[in-house]
Amino acid sequence: MFKRSDPDSRQSLHIFVDGAAVEAREGDTVSAALLACGRDVRRSTAVSGAPRLPYCMMGVCFDCLVTIDGVGNRQGCLVPVAEGMQIEIQKGKREIGR
Amino acid sequence: MNAIPRRDSYDVAVIGAGPAGLAAAATAVEAGLSTLLLDENAGPGGQVWRAIASTPVTKRDHLGADYWAGADLVEAVRSSGAEIIQRATVWSLDRNLEVGISVGGVSAFVRARRVILATGALERPFPIPGWTLPGVMTAGAAQTLLKSSGLVPDRRTVLAGQGPLLWLLAAQILRLGGRIDRILDTTERSNYLAALPHAFAFVTSPYFAKGLAMMREMRAKVPVVTGVTELVAGGDGQLATVTYAAGRRRETIPAELLLLHQGVVPNVNLAMAAGIEHRWDDRQLCWSPVLDHDGNTSVAGIAIAGDGAGIGGAAAAIVRGRIAARAAVEALAPAAATKLAPMATFRASLARAERGRAFLDTLFRPAPRFRIPSGETIVCRCEEVTARDILDAVAIGATGPNQLKAYRRTGMGPCQGRLCGLTVTELMAQARGKTPQEIGYYRLRAPVKPITLAELASMPKTEADVSAVVRG
Repeated sequence: MFKRSDPDSRQSLHIFVDGAAVEAREGDTVSAALLACGRDVRRSTAVSGAPRLPYCMMGVCFDCLVTIDGVGNRQGCLVPVAEGMQIEIQKGKREIGR
Repeated sequence: MNAIPRRDSYDVAVIGAGPAGLAAAATAVEAGLSTLLLDENAGPGGQVWRAIASTPVTKRDHLGADYWAGADLVEAVRSSGAEIIQRATVWSLDRNLEVGISVGGVSAFVRARRVILATGALERPFPIPGWTLPGVMTAGAAQTLLKSSGLVPDRRTVLAGQGPLLWLLAAQILRLGGRIDRILDTTERSNYLAALPHAFAFVTSPYFAKGLAMMREMRAKVPVVTGVTELVAGGDGQLATVTYAAGRRRETIPAELLLLHQGVVPNVNLAMAAGIEHRWDDRQLCWSPVLDHDGNTSVAGIAIAGDGAGIGGAAAAIVRGRIAARAAVEALAPAAATKLAPMATFRASLARAERGRAFLDTLFRPAPRFRIPSGETIVCRCEEVTARDILDAVAIGATGPNQLKAYRRTGMGPCQGRLCGLTVTELMAQARGKTPQEIGYYRLRAPVKPITLAELASMPKTEADVSAVVRG
């Protein structure tokens, strides 16, 4: 859906999306890195299981909710990526104990 | 830079580091007040100057002069001595001017003698059928990706809606080598006539020449359809098509990305949760705080500046920030106010910056059909509540947005009504034959952003806090 425009001289780094290594750039938010990586990163909602992707990218819609380093329901559009960050795409309702 | 505040209290706390907040902080520090500037993003700039200190888009004409205009102010605030905390989420503000802040998973309260809210705007909800499908985003979202990460659409892309941002975004996407297949302009034809009385102020405003040049640039490069009266996003689990109607023409076109925009509205959540009185603004079709001419609200000690005070754009936001901060200086340290430019100078600049706004508001007033949906169109994205659900609730007795929560949970999901509140108010007003002012808005409360219970529980407590809730 999105590509990186040239030139982008920022340092590249790696995050893990459901265990798979994905390249990102320093200064990307988690949501930006996910939208740029080309993988299917749709979450599914807690209410009906409908698939969603980020909508507003500015911290108001909460459609970018994602699990980051074990903490669920973080707003991916507000969190910058860091080397080695573990991202899990949320599917459906939250499970007890997580 | 990303730590909890160094002190327990400040003369001035400014919330939001966009144009208004930056200008307010700069002015407060200039007068010698201790100033805390809190901002939710990774760097200062707000939405209009997003990522100004870190953007990979370095060719200056790609983002345009209005973007880079923010650089001096950002630099001035950074070197001013204001304490700036980025990635700080303000989740509470009350009448005692106590500010609840979450930074890096740790929360703290600070006090301020004056609070200036500069929480800006968000995009007006655009509730068309299919707007929750992956592949449908706001134009602002695409612009954020473009500014902060240099990302541009590379698949079949449709822009739909109206207003200056839509055209600016189109220009920026093309300059960076991105793809746009179609622009669907939803501006109502009758708005052109309605806006005519305001045209003189507009043609003499800075918007005019820039706007015309940009629209010409786009029309030469992208097919534009005007007079669009219907929009439907189609697809199974993913956007696949956009259907539109314009006049007698009705067409379905393939699309992987649909970017929607029909203007911006004040982000009212923190202000309303602080108990600040708001009124329905019939010209801008949104809730705006009730303010005096210095930006002071109905809650003593809290002022609002920038688009959160009513949409005025970046240039007006800067001046409103300075006015609110100067008023704070006059109240807290009257002698220091003489160091600042006189209020009359600011007011004259504000009048200049607001020129042309009435024209834009009237021309780009979104049509009822794009504000008030029907049938199976989702209104509340979080709780997945449709327009029909809401009308059914009205039919059995739901009187306003707060009653509707009990019927349908609208506004009770994580976005706390930010993406459905205006739609719910207007939809219920229409269904009940009332004005939006009579129907009202959700009663908003802290925390205005979700924080974990663990974070709340681990906040430092005083003896008094503990004895207030512990028995015996």
